[in-house]
Order: sequence, then structure tokens, then C-alpha cells
Amino acid sequence: MNEQTERLLSGNEAIAHGAYDAGLQVAAAYPGTPSTEILENIALFKEIDAQWSVNEKVAYEVAYGASMAGVRSLYASKHVGLNVAMDPFMTSVYMGVNAGFVAVVCDDPGLHSSQNEQDTRWVALYGKAPIIEPSGSAEAYSFIQEAFRISEQFDTPVLFRMTTRTAHSKENVRIGKRTIPVKKALTKDIGKYVMIPGSAYKRHIVLEKRLIELRKFSEKTTLNRIEKGKNKARGFITSGVTYQYIKESFPDAPILKLGFSYPLCEKKVNAFAKSVKEVVLIEEGDPFIEIQLKVTGLRFKTRHPSYHIGELRPEYMARIVKGLPKNDVPIPVRKPALCPGCPHHFVFHTLQKFPEVFVSGDIGCYTLGALAPYGALHSCICMGGGFTVAEGVRRAKPGVPVVGIVGDSTFIHSGITGLINAVYNRIKGVFFILDNSITAMTGSQENPGSGYTLQNEPTIKLDLAKLCLACGAETVDIINPYQHHELEELIRRRLSEEKLTVIIAQYPCKLIPARR
Amino acid sequence: MDKKQKKAPSKKCVPVPEKTTSVLFCGIGGQGVLRGSEICAMAALNSGLAVKKSEVKGMSQRGGSVDSHVRFGNVVHSPLIPAHGADFYVPFNEEEGRRWRHFFNPKGKDLTPLLATAAATVPDKKFINTFMLGALSTYLPFTNDAWFTALDAGFKKAQEENRQVFRAGQQKGSKR
Repeated sequence: MNEQTERLLSGNEAIAHGAYDAGLQVAAAYPGTPSTEILENIALFKEIDAQWSVNEKVAYEVAYGASMAGVRSLYASKHVGLNVAMDPFMTSVYMGVNAGFVAVVCDDPGLHSSQNEQDTRWVALYGKAPIIEPSGSAEAYSFIQEAFRISEQFDTPVLFRMTTRTAHSKENVRIGKRTIPVKKALTKDIGKYVMIPGSAYKRHIVLEKRLIELRKFSEKTTLNRIEKGKNKARGFITSGVTYQYIKESFPDAPILKLGFSYPLCEKKVNAFAKSVKEVVLIEEGDPFIEIQLKVTGLRFKTRHPSYHIGELRPEYMARIVKGLPKNDVPIPVRKPALCPGCPHHFVFHTLQKFPEVFVSGDIGCYTLGALAPYGALHSCICMGGGFTVAEGVRRAKPGVPVVGIVGDSTFIHSGITGLINAVYNRIKGVFFILDNSITAMTGSQENPGSGYTLQNEPTIKLDLAKLCLACGAETVDIINPYQHHELEELIRRRLSEEKLTVIIAQYPCKLIPARR
Repeated sequence: MDKKQKKAPSKKCVPVPEKTTSVLFCGIGGQGVLRGSEICAMAALNSGLAVKKSEVKGMSQRGGSVDSHVRFGNVVHSPLIPAHGADFYVPFNEEEGRRWRHFFNPKGKDLTPLLATAAATVPDKKFINTFMLGALSTYLPFTNDAWFTALDAGFKKAQEENRQVFRAGQQKGSKR
């Protein structure tokens, strides 16, 4: 074993190393568990221009623009993050790339830290882009390099799907060296890069032809591989980390492991099916491969629908083969809570004293204000939804006092549009920005309000109070939430006024690293 | 420190069992569950073995539930330990230790009884993870070289103190 080349890496670390070795030059992301460590590790390579973007849409466009200009680039986010970037994603598939462009998306089956379990593989089908799924860190390292090659060969953005398990599990990975592909020029190709109806129609024709070529490639690529097992009685078709669970449970079984799961390699599937007595398909998440296989008329066994919900586990494999539903024994839950001394505590402690108020929140540590002992946050749908949902509630029930809550990073991400909308459409109410000067929930990432970049370099700090005034808020109060008596007074006063007011509860997160 | 790093960790001297060995670590956020399991995984890597490690951090930065699975052997497939598959059970917190019992293989080794000893022995409760690792090390097929290289890589601060606590854990582990 050579210590310099073999390391214990998580899937996210392996993506960073693999992309670096593939000559990655520009990377952009917005933090989101379980994807955050990808950019944190890419940022350790000085040769790569990497950034925390304001939100996922911005990240996608910055990274895509770099590919258009001729360098290999990468976007990373969690599954729900891609929803925010769907607008540029869908049309970028029409446009294609110049240098290789890969969008890494980490799903969260089992909802370890997310608001839903959406399966990103559908996005490949819907957006007509190829998707690659590794089963662990070693594959993540080599597959991401292959993803850049595929992107350039077929002139398409490539989706790279991770899950919490593949992103956060570690294993031995052999690391090679960085090679930078031949530089490509920035060309002004209006027919390819300006998506007005006429040129977009032509690009759609190109896209459909490309899909046919990708389908042929899917039959040949080693990303889809057949492992000949000794026991031909039962063969498995699978993808992602589920492959590891099958190897553990049925070491002698033949396996068709799909690493390139869209477009599907139908001929390879049929050849595999003929080589075994019975085919069992096991996939994690939605029945994505299942539906595609059913269309081909293939006879195969698959999971009981109870396994569509949550994560798969190694011990499920034997039950799935027998056609049995999930029978988990529930274990006692330790509910998450705000950290001891968290500044958010005082905001929710104070809001508890206003039981008549409806509090609309969104995604961040402060979502925990919904749980005991507070019960002081009454809606959470998505990033930036705190202000806009509050507006909807207020329009439906004008007499009910409503408070909208967003965090500092969330306000910058997509909360600000809600504030402008409320001002423009003349709605009144109290909007809170819980400013702890960091993107805390994902583990202390910098943002425009923190005044530091991804590489921890000082930058211009966004002035939230000035920004809110510029948007048209009638008053902006900045208060230290630890002064909870004053906070209570302020909330009472602002609730009694018929105004649109912003309260910035400002105190830094206790866990901001001392490195600054 | 430099000299120690240059010295190539010696290969396994204790025979490694044919099957995959599984160690379950659990505790609450801030107790060093992830650091502790990382050191165990590094010790396996330093011994020339295949290693997989999987962990789930709860939503809380502090005080939430944390569990970490470490598996090693000549070949390892699943990064997750199957139910009743943990050969070694290493809780850093008793309550959490009770929550994850369904992972414990009744034929395995449960280090829960050592928690009280750990709490009574260590100079600061932040060293509980190192003490438990020391105890665990007496049952695993890695050399002290492999362990101490991993320990120094895992703890950039208080390296000497961690080594001492690790040795104290080793004494209690082997006495049991």
C-alpha cells in the first residue's frame, strides 16, 4: 500500500479529488446536507476557482457559464437545491456544453436532514440528460472523471447522483494525478447559446438525436457492468449503494450494476435476464428503473411498495427477495434541538408569549422552533418561504397577526424576493431576519452577510438593514435576541402597528469557527 | 512527530478474521463520535485493510444523536452494519447506547460497562472517546503503531494527553 495514493475518503471528498484530477477549473454551489463537503473539499485546491453562490440557480449559471467559456466546471447541491436551479438546468440541456460540465446532486433517502425524499433520477428523464450513480467513494472518484468525458463527447450537461449514504460513507480510494484537458476557446455561437424559439427548436432536434446516441453508449459503457456470479438461479439488477447491500447478502449472485441509469441499457438488461433463472430489481428511492423495465415487457421481481419510503438497509435484501414488506421495529427518537446557548432560543422563547400569532418560517436551524419546548413556528415549506407564506396567510386571514421568519443566508438566498413582493403589493406585517452571520445548519458556511468567502478570505459584507430599507420596509430594527425583555416589547409594539416592519435579531452563531 | 509519521506503519501482526468485522460507535453531538470512529477506521487503513465507514449526523450541531459504523476486513461491501451485526459496540453515552441496541450481535463484545470507568478515569469528559478507543484496541487486530499513527492524525491538539488516556483505556480493556 502506498500511503500517498490510497486514502480513506467520503464520497464527497472523492468527488472533489476526482474532479480535480479531471482538470476541474470552476466550481459553484450553495450548501445543503449531504452535499456541502463537495465544495469545501474542492476549495482546498488552489488551482480551482470555487465559490459559495447566493443560491443554487446562481451557482448553476456561474458553473455553466464557465463550461460555455471553455473550462471544465461543476455545480453541486442537494436534491431540493436542484429545484431552485431547474430553470437554467432544463434549457442548458438543449444548449449543450463547450468544456465538460457536471451537476452533482445529493439525494437524501431517509430524510436525514431534508424536507422531502425526491428522487433526482426523474430529473434525468424529464430534462433528457444522462445520469451517473456511483455505489461508493472509489466509484465516485473514477465516475466523476468519466462524467466530464461523457459531457464533452456528447455535448451535454451530465447529472451525477449521490445519496446521503454514498456522500457520507468513507472507503479506500486510490488517487491519481491532475491532468488538464486541451484548452477550448470561448466562441460566440448564437444558434447554440442563445435560446430564442427558433434556435431552441433546432437545439431540441439535436437533443433528441443525442439521446439516441446516449442510449447506444449506455449499452457499451463499463459504467453498466455485469458481474457473473456462481449461482444463476437469481440475478439482481441494481444501482447506487444498494449494490453493496446485495453483494453482502448474496455474494454468489450475478448482478447487473447500473452506473449509467438513464438512458437505460435495455439490450444489456435483456441479455442479463436470459443468463439467469429469475431477475430481481432492487433500487433505492422511487421505482425509476422499475417503470422503465416494465415498458420493455421484461418479467422480473421487485420491491414491495413499502420500500419506496425511506432508505434501504443491508438486512432488507433477504425480505425483498421473498416479496415481504418492510417490518422495522421503531426505535426511540432523540429529537433534534437548538444548541445550548443558541441565539435563536431567545427569539422562539419570546414568540411563545404571543400564542395568537401565526409564525411562518422556512429552512434553517430555526425550523427547530417548531418542536418542543417552543411550538412557535407553524409552517416550513422551502428556502425563502418564510416571508411569502406569511403574506399568503395574511391575505387569507387579515385579522390574524402573522410573523414571517427567515435566516440571514435564507434571506439572501430567496427571502428577499418575498420582502420586495410584500412591499410592492402593499401587505403589512412583521418580518424577522434571524441573523447569526453564518449558514449554520449545514455546519458553518460563509455567505454574503458573513463577510467571508468559501476560502475564508474577507469580502464586502452585505448590509442587511440597508438592503431591507432599500426594498421599502417602513422600519428596520436591529436587536440582540439575548435582550429578550426588549425583544418582547419590540414585537408587541410592531405587531400593534399597521406597517411592514423588519426586525433583525442579530447575534453570531456560537459555533462559528475561531479561524476568522 | 515527524519521525513517527515517516515510519511506515507495520503490517498486521494479529491474524484478521475472514469475515468483515463491524464496530458501532454512538453518542451525542459534541462527544467526538465521528472523530473516534475516524481514528478506528484510520487504524484499519494503516493496517493495510479494506475499510468502510458510514455515519449519520442528526440535524443538531450539538446534543443530537450521532452514530457511526466502521467495518474492516479483506473485502467489505456494505458501509452499513446490518441489524444484529455489530461485533463491537462502543457507546460514548448510555442513553444512546440503549437506542442502538438492535445493531448489537449478542455474540459480540459490548463496551458499555466501561463507560462508568471511562468517566471516572479521564481528566476531562472530552477524552471519553479516546479512553473507549484504547479499550476497543485490545480486541482488534491492529498494532499499537497503527493506532498511535491514527491517533496523532486524528488529534492535532493534546496529542500526549490523548496517548496517555488511550493507554489507560488499553489497561482497562485488557483487564476485563
